[in-house]
Amino acid sequence: MKWFRKEKKTETSPEKESVTKGLLIFAHPTTVISVEELLKDEGYEIRVVSPPPSYRTGCDLSVEFPLAVEAEITALLNKVDLLPLDVVPITSKGMEPLQFVRIKEFVGDYLMIRAANMKMTVDKKDNRIVNISGGGCPDVPYLATEMIGKRLNHTPSPGEVGYSLCAYSLNTSYEELVKAIGD
Amino acid sequence: MLLLAGSVPVDKLPLLVGPIDITPQGIKIDGHDLEINRGNEAMMTAAALICREYGMAKPVGMVAGDIGNRVGSEAIYKYLAKNLPEMGVEVMTLHYVMPDINLNKKVLATIDTMAEKPVMIADAGTMYVAKAGGDAAYYDVFTPDLGEMAFLADDKADHPSFTRGYIFQLEKNVPELIKRAYEAENTPSTMFVKGEVDYICRDGEIVETIKEPCIETMEPIGGTGDLITGMISGLIYAGKSPLEACRIAGRINRKAGELSRPTPATQIEEILRFLPQALHAVLEQLG
Repeated sequence: MKWFRKEKKTETSPEKESVTKGLLIFAHPTTVISVEELLKDEGYEIRVVSPPPSYRTGCDLSVEFPLAVEAEITALLNKVDLLPLDVVPITSKGMEPLQFVRIKEFVGDYLMIRAANMKMTVDKKDNRIVNISGGGCPDVPYLATEMIGKRLNHTPSPGEVGYSLCAYSLNTSYEELVKAIGD
Repeated sequence: MLLLAGSVPVDKLPLLVGPIDITPQGIKIDGHDLEINRGNEAMMTAAALICREYGMAKPVGMVAGDIGNRVGSEAIYKYLAKNLPEMGVEVMTLHYVMPDINLNKKVLATIDTMAEKPVMIADAGTMYVAKAGGDAAYYDVFTPDLGEMAFLADDKADHPSFTRGYIFQLEKNVPELIKRAYEAENTPSTMFVKGEVDYICRDGEIVETIKEPCIETMEPIGGTGDLITGMISGLIYAGKSPLEACRIAGRINRKAGELSRPTPATQIEEILRFLPQALHAVLEQLG
C-alpha cells in the first residue's frame, strides 16, 4: 500500500516589531490554570495561548505576559513553586483556547455542557456528575473515573487533577456547570 | 495480528502486551484484569467481541498506565518504535495516548522501514498528534466526533482546544468541515464522523450517512465513540474494507444503543452488553 507525507509547511518570518511580550512555558497545560488564576488575581495582563512551534508536543499551553514585568512574575511564581520550564520572548500572537461552550438539556433534568471537544453532564436533581464524554488525552478516562458519580461540590476539578488540554477544556465545562446550577 | 494500543487510567501500571481475553468484569491482558471503562478498555472489548463473532484470532492489546503524566504514553510510543517490524501486525489501532509529535514521528519512521505497512486506525490522542504533526496520510481511518471534526478542519489548530471559534461554529455544516479537512490534507482516506448523523467519508466525498435509530441520549455517554473505533478495527481485521467496516460499525453502535434504552446517566458497559445482539441484527438487516 502507498501512502504519502504531507509537505512541510514553510515557517513564516516573524513580524518586524519590538519585542514586548514573553511566554512562560510549563510542562503541563493544567499547571497553566493555576498560574493564570494567580497572575490574574495579582492584576497582571496575561493571556493563555499556544506555545511557539519549537515547544509544541501537540498538547501544550503557555502564558503570554508583558516582558517588562518578567522579574516580578518569575519571583512570584518561584514563591509558590510554579516556576516555568522556560521563558521566551515572542513577536507574534499565540492562539487562545476555544472559549465557546454549548449547553444542552435532556429530559429527566440532565444538563450537558460542552467546551471544545469535552462534555460533562450532570443530573440537576442532585448536581451529580453522570457522564463525561469526548476528548483524547489519557487523563480523560482517569478524570471520568475520579468524577462520575460525585456531586459538583465534592469532586476535584479537572484543573486540579488533570494534566492535558482536554482537562483544560473539561475544566471549562465544569466551571460553566457550576455557574449554571451552582455546586 | 490486530494490535490495539493505548493508555489505561491505572497509575504506574507497566507496559503490558498480550492477547485480550474478555472476562465477566472487563478484559485481561498479560495476567492483569482491567475493568471496562470508557477509553481503551471499551475499545478493546468491542474489537475482541467482533473478532470472536467472526472467528478471528484474539486481538493483541498493548496498554500502559497513564493518568495524564505521559509515562504510559511514552512507554507505548517507544515500544512501538523499537519493536513494530517484528510483531507481525496487519491492523493497528492507536487510541488515548498523550499527543507527542516527536515520539509519534519516531513510530512512523519505524513504519517506513516495514515491507508491509499495517492498516492504521487512529482516534483520540493519536488522531490529534497525527494531524498536529502533518502525518494524517500515514493512517487509513480516523473516527472524529464533531468537536474533533472542527479541529481537523482548522489548519492552524494543534489540538481541539485551539480550534478557532468561527470554525467551531461551522458544526451545523458538517459537510463543510469535512471538505475543509480533506482539502487541508488533515485526514486519511477514510473517516467516520460521529454525531447525531454519522458521516462515512472516502477521499473527500461523503459516501453514506447513518441517521437511524436516532438515540439522543447517547450523546452524553462517554465511550460510545470508543466502541465504534474498536468495532471498525475488528471488522477490518476480519476482512472488511475500511468503508464497509464503518458502515457496519455505525449501525451496530446505534442498534446497541437502542437496545440498551439509555438515559444520559447510562454507562458504556450497559451498551457494550448489547453489542453481539446488535451485530446479529445488523448483519441480518444488511443481508
